[in-house]
Amino acid sequence: MKKDDFARFCGSEDYVTSEPLENAVNVSIALGRPLLIRGEAGTGKTLLAHSIAKGLEKKLITWNVKSTTKAQEGLYVYDTVQRLNDSRFGDKDISDIKQYIKLGKLGQAFIAPEQVVLLIDEVDKADIEFPNDLLNELDEMSFYIPETNETISAIHRPITVITSNAEKELPDAFLRRCIFHYIEFPTPELMEEIVRVHFPDIKDSLLTEALKTFYSLRKVDDFRKKPSTSELIDWIRALIAGGIPHEQIAKQVPFVGTLLKKENDYDFFVRNFATRRW
Amino acid sequence: MFTDFFYILRQNKVPVSLVEWMTLMEALAKGHIRDLDDFYFLARAILVKSEAYYDQYDVAFQQYFQGVEAPEEITQEVLDWLKDPLNRLFMSEEEQARFESMDFDELIRELEKRLREQTEQHDGGGHWIGRGGTSPFGHSGYHPQGIRIGGRPGGRHAVQIAQERRFKNYRSDLTLDVRQIGVALKKLRQLRRTGLEDELDLEGTIKATAKNAGDLDFIWQRSRKNTVKLLLLMDVGGSMEPYAKLCSRLFSAAHSSTHFRDFQYYYFHNCIYDNLYWDIEREDAVSTVHLLHTLEPDYKLLIVGDARMGPWELTERYGAINYYERNEIPGILWLKRIADHFDHSVWLNPDDPRFWIHATVQMIGRLFPMYPLTLAGLEEAVGKLVVKR
Repeated sequence: MKKDDFARFCGSEDYVTSEPLENAVNVSIALGRPLLIRGEAGTGKTLLAHSIAKGLEKKLITWNVKSTTKAQEGLYVYDTVQRLNDSRFGDKDISDIKQYIKLGKLGQAFIAPEQVVLLIDEVDKADIEFPNDLLNELDEMSFYIPETNETISAIHRPITVITSNAEKELPDAFLRRCIFHYIEFPTPELMEEIVRVHFPDIKDSLLTEALKTFYSLRKVDDFRKKPSTSELIDWIRALIAGGIPHEQIAKQVPFVGTLLKKENDYDFFVRNFATRRW
Repeated sequence: MFTDFFYILRQNKVPVSLVEWMTLMEALAKGHIRDLDDFYFLARAILVKSEAYYDQYDVAFQQYFQGVEAPEEITQEVLDWLKDPLNRLFMSEEEQARFESMDFDELIRELEKRLREQTEQHDGGGHWIGRGGTSPFGHSGYHPQGIRIGGRPGGRHAVQIAQERRFKNYRSDLTLDVRQIGVALKKLRQLRRTGLEDELDLEGTIKATAKNAGDLDFIWQRSRKNTVKLLLLMDVGGSMEPYAKLCSRLFSAAHSSTHFRDFQYYYFHNCIYDNLYWDIEREDAVSTVHLLHTLEPDYKLLIVGDARMGPWELTERYGAINYYERNEIPGILWLKRIADHFDHSVWLNPDDPRFWIHATVQMIGRLFPMYPLTLAGLEEAVGKLVVKR
């Protein structure tokens, strides 16, 4: 019965999901709560929002959060400098404040005529207070602009996906309002599926060898940054482009620079593994 | 519905609030749940807000839905025990030699093997192996009697997942890697306006422009930068050897943090006397007095050490463990000088707080606020470093 309109998102053709993740997405849509996604770098947190937008055929609005981003910017910006400028060289009617109010990403998502997917990317990059400042807006999906005495409220509650790298702890009050999902690092079986989505024609022998090498590299605890999914994809792309025969992969690990991005890790690899199998 | 589950979660220290519980009820009421599998993932997504609590959630889930007690923390308990250098002190030489002959992984593998065998033989297992003194696992009176091995789950998938407890390693009270330390240290941030005036002060500009009868008058201000200076003193060698890896992680996290205005580090062995050292080998010395003269009191001081030594090393003249140090002033007075000099100081102790009941640990604990070198402890310590004492 209701199950049908509940189970809506089930991945898209270029994004492989797991059942728990689909569940989390769907419950967040059904309850109209933001979905908070955490996970190791390169496990496809950002891509998830793209996939939801694609799978449900909705428009995606992305708000990239930086260390300097303030919550207010997501709602609206009152361009005072422009108005000041216009007042000096007055060729516009500066008494109309509306034209100086520019809606931010959140505001755009609210006034969109149909439901959109709103991605707030890397929410933990900003100041610690940032998520708290958005609490009310995300809860009620509306905000007030005192300058124009207007209230912007969502026509359709946007499907909100928030990603975090756990750089900063998020405030409890904020967490309470979210649905949370932690994307685990894919198991070799799931990884195989993911790789096949990207390279439908890949040879089995190449894939097996590459995955074996990749997962044994990931087991090395001494790497500062372990290679992740996106690096694996790049690596396999390089392997295919270079026409490397699969027997060589484990022995030589060609193009290791696509997997290991830190100088220390690279040195460590060269010293310990480059010459022998492990 | 499931109200007991709520309390079991809270018992297991999962921070669940009523808001989240009501959300779950709302989801249940909407009929989103077909079976226990759905419930497991749905309740987790709604109730648990960090992967650090996934493990506790799994434990609670088992408790509630299987009606069995949670399995004891076999691995963690034993791991801790094996890692704890104190336990090695109680071993006979023979035992120690055998212990030394296996590396840690080997030991764990061996242990797992034996535990497995035991399950098969005793059907769920009651007593643990190796009290006879020939096994490397059972010496010196440590006898984890009655540790139960989680029985085979009898059916449901979700309970099986819970039973696997795959998220054990995400628990924040257990693991500590460079990045986590870096994140914790980041909280030391203190922003002050310094440097060139290169940021437009909008309010100031508007005010000045208004005063200027509408003619633009730009006001600039300095941008905000982190002003924290960090001093790290690390105990190396001897009883700190087992923690070398942990300490080096702390070091690399502090070192790679670019947001300190200044970061200095020195080494010592057991206690600080006349000299501190640039290098781990403790050959290149710098006088402690010189450091106290040159470093302003606003350096945040982080000392890492087990604070465990012979009492004379702390309280006696010439007490230094290195005979040639010939310290005129007892170590404890040096420490007091240091503690008095800096406005903010903490001591991080890698030993388990259970073993802090030791004369010198207690004495040093009175001079410096002492915290365990775990993620939680580090966060507390950082919290202490940012407030005035």
